[in-house]
Amino acid sequence: MDWGSLHTILGGVNKHSTSIGKIWLTVLFIFRIMILVVAAERVWGDEQDDFICNTLQPGCKNVCYDHFFPISHIRLWALQLIFVSTPALLVAMHVAYRRHEKKRQFRKGDKKCEYKDIEEIRSQRFRIEGSLWWTYTSSIFFRIVFEAVFMYAFYFMYDGFRMPRLMKCNAWPCPNTVDCFVSRPTEKTVFTIFMIAVSSICILLNVAELCYLLTKFFLRRSKKAGNPKHHPNHENKETKQNEMNELISDSCQNTVIGFTS
Amino acid sequence: MSWASLRDLLSGVNKYSTGIGRIWVAVVFLFRLLVYVAAAENIWKYEREDFECNIKQPGCENVCFDHFFPVSHIRLWALQIIMVSTPSLLVVFHIAYRENREKHHNRKLYKSPGGIDGGLLCTYLISLILKIGFEIVFLVLFYKLYNGFKIPRLVKCDRRPCPNTVDCYISKPTEKMIFLYFLVATSCLCIVLNLSELSYLVCKYSMKCYLKRYIKKHQ
Repeated sequence: MDWGSLHTILGGVNKHSTSIGKIWLTVLFIFRIMILVVAAERVWGDEQDDFICNTLQPGCKNVCYDHFFPISHIRLWALQLIFVSTPALLVAMHVAYRRHEKKRQFRKGDKKCEYKDIEEIRSQRFRIEGSLWWTYTSSIFFRIVFEAVFMYAFYFMYDGFRMPRLMKCNAWPCPNTVDCFVSRPTEKTVFTIFMIAVSSICILLNVAELCYLLTKFFLRRSKKAGNPKHHPNHENKETKQNEMNELISDSCQNTVIGFTS
Repeated sequence: MSWASLRDLLSGVNKYSTGIGRIWVAVVFLFRLLVYVAAAENIWKYEREDFECNIKQPGCENVCFDHFFPVSHIRLWALQIIMVSTPSLLVVFHIAYRENREKHHNRKLYKSPGGIDGGLLCTYLISLILKIGFEIVFLVLFYKLYNGFKIPRLVKCDRRPCPNTVDCYISKPTEKMIFLYFLVATSCLCIVLNLSELSYLVCKYSMKCYLKRYIKKHQ
């Protein structure tokens, strides 16, 4: 059980996402999860061992480390990535529920059901409309909220995004104010700023996706109000565009799978 | 043998679960298993090396660590995840037994081998009750072993061979406490999900029974 399993779960959601959603997923896996696993974990690997305080008093180092790092950056990022990926599951569950309903209709021999066999239902890509639109939009909203909450938590806990070289500590049992030195502060600052920057990009992508969905929704409503007739040509164009987007994102995913394996 | 096997097992169970059961599986995967592997394991990795006592007496640190941590939090956490996932095996075995029976008799004995009715309903309900039981047992164990869910920075130890009362410092107590609270919160969420699933199934099948009887009476 590791990040690869999360990738498998979210990969299934990818099929039903918009193009911006697919870009978001790629950014999440390549620039956040992969960077976390391949690089950031090593930078923070020796954080307590190499946190050195200028005292021989037993216990002082432990207490000072705990005081300055109530929760490590790396754990906070891991939690952030898990929370931010979770809303996509709402969409996956909704799609699974729809598929289940279609399969039930198909088995009952419902004449309304337009599918020829179960395999077609399994590979069917649902359009983001109706109740699925609401689920999808809520999932994007929650993503934005989680990202913002975690970024604020970082800022609040560490007084900004810089990692200082030296911290002065006078928590008991340290006898006086003691100098404590953090290991690799510059490298940690670089990675912190990188992760914050990518979080901000993800927030922008989510906001853009939200605006895109809202715009599409209002345009569709006004079109329906103005012209209730069905336009098959327009729908075909959209389906072809979606298929192309899928091909692009599948090739991106294959690259990601290659990296993570 | 690793967490991947547990994941595969639970994915198999997912097929025969109700909607709430699937949400439970997702919560166990994401908020318990993944958090354990990706974050919690590393926090407790060097807990023994970084446990420091204000004394040079050989053996004192060992004895004090053993006194305050009879079973490490992280091991209890892992045991809890395993024990709580295992009752789902009862359902898997029962379905396999049904499918075997159908194969043996070479005819359709059940409406659908994976459908939650009859004996399988009892098995499913028993597995839910066991899951709730295990969750509560482990939460109580955590509470009793560690005097609540707090992790102090400093513990005072006077076990032999420590010559006097000695100050011992635990590493990363705040971070450990945050993850402990996270564990308790997800356990409680899983208990709530299991209770909802239990009530949902009991209500659904009571209604079905009642309606059947009512229709029979009036025929």
